Amino acid sequence: MSRRMPIFVVLAAALCALSGFFSRPASESAAVEAFGRLPVLAEGRIKPLDSVARSTLLVIQGRQRVVAPDGTELAPDQWLLDALFRPERADSYRTFVVDNTDLLLLIGKNDENLAIRYKSTGQQLAAILDILPTRQRRMSFNEIAPYIPEVEAQYKLAEAVEAQARTPFQSAVVQLYGDLSRYVRIRRCLQPDGSADFLGELLHLQEALPDGIEAVRAKQAGKPHDEAKAEALIEEGKRFIAMSDGTDILAIAPDAGEGPSAWRNAGQALLGSFARGDVDTSVLAYAGMGYAWRRGDEASFAHIVKMYGDSLARRFPAQVRKARVETVFNAAEPFYSCMLIYLAAFFFAALSWLRWAEPARVSAWGLVALAWALATAGIATRMWLEGRPPVTNLYSSALFIGWGSVALCLVLEASFKNAIGSAAAGAIGFATLMIAHHLALAGDTLEMMRAVLDSNFWLGTHVVVVTIGYASTFLAGMLAVIYVLRGVFTSTLDRGTADSLSRMVYGIVCFATLFSFAGTTLGGIWADQSWGRFWGWDPKENGALIIVIWNALILHARWAGIVRQRGLMGLAIFGNIVTSWSWFGTNMLGIGLHSYGFTQAAFWWLSAFIASQLALIALCATPLERWRSFRA
Amino acid sequence: MAEALRQIRSILVSLRLTVVLLALSIVLVFWATLDQVHLGVWAVQQKFFHSLFVFVRVGGLQVPVFPGGYLIGGLLLANLVSAHAYRFRAGWGKAGIWIAHAGLILLLLGELISGLLQQDFQMRLDNGETKNFSESVRRYELAIVDETDPGFDGVVAIPASFLARGAAVQNPKLPFRVVPREFYPNSAIQMRGLAQGAPAPIANRGLGPQIAAQPLEVTYRENEVNIPFASVELEGPEGSLGIWAVSPELGAPQRFDYAGRKWRIAMRPERHYQPFSLTLEKFSHDIYPGTDIPKNFSSKVRIDLPGGDASREVLIYMNNPLRYGGLTFYQAGFENNDQTTVLQVVRNPSWLVPYVACAAITLGLVIQFLTHLVGFARRRAAA
Repeated sequence: MSRRMPIFVVLAAALCALSGFFSRPASESAAVEAFGRLPVLAEGRIKPLDSVARSTLLVIQGRQRVVAPDGTELAPDQWLLDALFRPERADSYRTFVVDNTDLLLLIGKNDENLAIRYKSTGQQLAAILDILPTRQRRMSFNEIAPYIPEVEAQYKLAEAVEAQARTPFQSAVVQLYGDLSRYVRIRRCLQPDGSADFLGELLHLQEALPDGIEAVRAKQAGKPHDEAKAEALIEEGKRFIAMSDGTDILAIAPDAGEGPSAWRNAGQALLGSFARGDVDTSVLAYAGMGYAWRRGDEASFAHIVKMYGDSLARRFPAQVRKARVETVFNAAEPFYSCMLIYLAAFFFAALSWLRWAEPARVSAWGLVALAWALATAGIATRMWLEGRPPVTNLYSSALFIGWGSVALCLVLEASFKNAIGSAAAGAIGFATLMIAHHLALAGDTLEMMRAVLDSNFWLGTHVVVVTIGYASTFLAGMLAVIYVLRGVFTSTLDRGTADSLSRMVYGIVCFATLFSFAGTTLGGIWADQSWGRFWGWDPKENGALIIVIWNALILHARWAGIVRQRGLMGLAIFGNIVTSWSWFGTNMLGIGLHSYGFTQAAFWWLSAFIASQLALIALCATPLERWRSFRA
Repeated sequence: MAEALRQIRSILVSLRLTVVLLALSIVLVFWATLDQVHLGVWAVQQKFFHSLFVFVRVGGLQVPVFPGGYLIGGLLLANLVSAHAYRFRAGWGKAGIWIAHAGLILLLLGELISGLLQQDFQMRLDNGETKNFSESVRRYELAIVDETDPGFDGVVAIPASFLARGAAVQNPKLPFRVVPREFYPNSAIQMRGLAQGAPAPIANRGLGPQIAAQPLEVTYRENEVNIPFASVELEGPEGSLGIWAVSPELGAPQRFDYAGRKWRIAMRPERHYQPFSLTLEKFSHDIYPGTDIPKNFSSKVRIDLPGGDASREVLIYMNNPLRYGGLTFYQAGFENNDQTTVLQVVRNPSWLVPYVACAAITLGLVIQFLTHLVGFARRRAAA
């Protein structure tokens, strides 16, 4: 058993991860999936509808899964189809998260009507024990709709207040109003409000178009005309203008011969019909899908999606291929698999210090290598989709910090073979992906770069190098944490292990000094190139500078003999605080005690993290007689 | 005495001093970062970094409570230089460390020099406009212009700091003395009709009697500017010409005749003239389709030398400045519905120093790290 354990463990994990690429929810048909792959232009980039659905759901309700009132679970694409074509149904899905008590009162909710009543005794018990939720967090559009005027009034009051200075209620109102309008913009993306049979209306328009255009032209020229026909067409035009104003998703691809900037929304495409004399075929295709979807006509729906998809693939092969890869990437959720594998790796590494030393250690190493390979593939895919270096925003910095630390851990483990590298890799990999997951709740993680940052050269050098600096500083801290926890609470930290840990931390701090310094100065050079100053004492710059100085301080303190092994560990743990402050704290400046909403949550977590690290430093400072490993 | 000197030396070259100074600098940078919320970045630099001590107001008194950037930086420099001078031994083992620290010395000196020498201006250009000067963002001057000759302006510019001092200015180009009577570094200016109960103005010429100025606290915030206000009296040999109120906020120029010549008086941002002119041919502002996220800003400008030769066109855009005549022009912003470009103009003679210093430090660290790594790998291989 023990010989084969590593192979068995790694294979099992690999199979679980790979299954993500092939599985799809039972309720989602191939046609729905094909619909999700259709590319649109939203938030400045061409992406599949599937990504629109997922990022919208993450923003408005904090998860991708939707539960219909009858209890069936819907995939994001199914929810999107309902929102686009069957809004009366989508309006009844509980997809809006509201947690703020004052806001709940504003929309007519209280403890009584939010309580979830379970039928079975087991569930009731679970609810009492806080395992199952006891109250609804999510509301449907229909539930909120009667209160929209109140929400809008409060939104207008709150919006005038600077984001950092808002009270929790104000933040919640702004968030909810934004979520509602995001949802309504999707609803108006392909058909106007309250249209029961848009395809029928378009076909009717197609017939009426030639006469109508003639009537309108005659009317404008002041000649005799059919007033009713002209009026009808002008009315249609007004509806299309409302449609066009009401959405920010450009779903209609350019015609042959037009540049990539000619994507437009359905309303604009329909207005174009008046000039051309026939209804835009792409809008018709979408209306056809809507008709089939409303009637539950699976076969026609699949047929139209395929026809439209094929025509796009002929015209835009590159974009359609990217959209397809992105859809597969979305469904596979490689970073989610990574997170679980890292967690398993950590447990196997810890296990190796207690029992089955060698097989558990090799298993942990194998799992780390597997998760790292998966994360590499995931990051590479994101880079290919975006055409950018790995780090472009906070989300990708979390992915990359994890990736860089784990890479260093793999090297450490290959050299030291004591499972410490794997344990650190598991812990850091898991934590950074967890952070990334929460950062993804802010919206599309492949967002466009603002003009100042639009430089692949500097993103590829400064940002990557400084992020590796962050990653290695965290790794040194993590290794020190392992030293303290193992030393104080277990008897597994023998002299040899302690010395090798100390060598690891020292080596990583040297590495961190090099990279954080080089990264910071590269940033200075970028700033000199783009703003004319090498150094401007801006908070993010200062954060990076503090990391450099802290690493230098550790090295000098050690060379001066001010600290030895334990002192080195304490300083390295403080490096965690320094780095986390630079990473997140500098973004919260000006908020401090006034931070609320998402940033309040982030502020809370940062404070909790700093407190935990201080506690570890205190632990590190306890006399050696108290350490279980050194007591004897 | 020799004993005391030796003690000072051993402190000065000690690594303990290095560690203490590094710790102090971390506290300083951290504190300064937090204080930016209240002060803005410019005031923070003056208070924390371009100072020997950080002063905190305790009950109306400015008390030094912490070493400032110049003190910590200076001590670090002394510590670095003396430690290396004291311990230097030629040899390859420590080559990386020596190079890195030499680079660090250069970096600290370079920052000191650029802090003293660097000058910042802005140039605002409308589409098609030509200018041969840029303007200070923070400093103002009183300009008295002799515009008798329609083809040529004779300008006497007096920095606002002179007005603040309140001393009279006599200049051979002016047939009168300039005597500051009132000066507010920051002010709110209103039409007198709207300012109920404002004290009677001391200005009696030009726009003076029609406006009321109220002193305001000087602001250091990034998105606010100070609007100075001054009342200046012009005194000729045979007595006062009157008192004018001036402020950059007053749009209309104030003119008067004296000694047979035509004069104009105004307070305006300090100007920095350059021996060439820039013309904005076109400003472009691209956004990503379907969003309002800016994708690129760029200014197409033409550089002209006075002789009319060597005219050329350049495109200034994000991350791609124009370096010309010792000045660097950066795309900083835009105004006026994309009709006006704002260029940041920087003169920094020591701009190359940090590049050299950083290259040296990085090289030194790489050498040192590789030396360690190779040694470590050898030991592991041997073990």
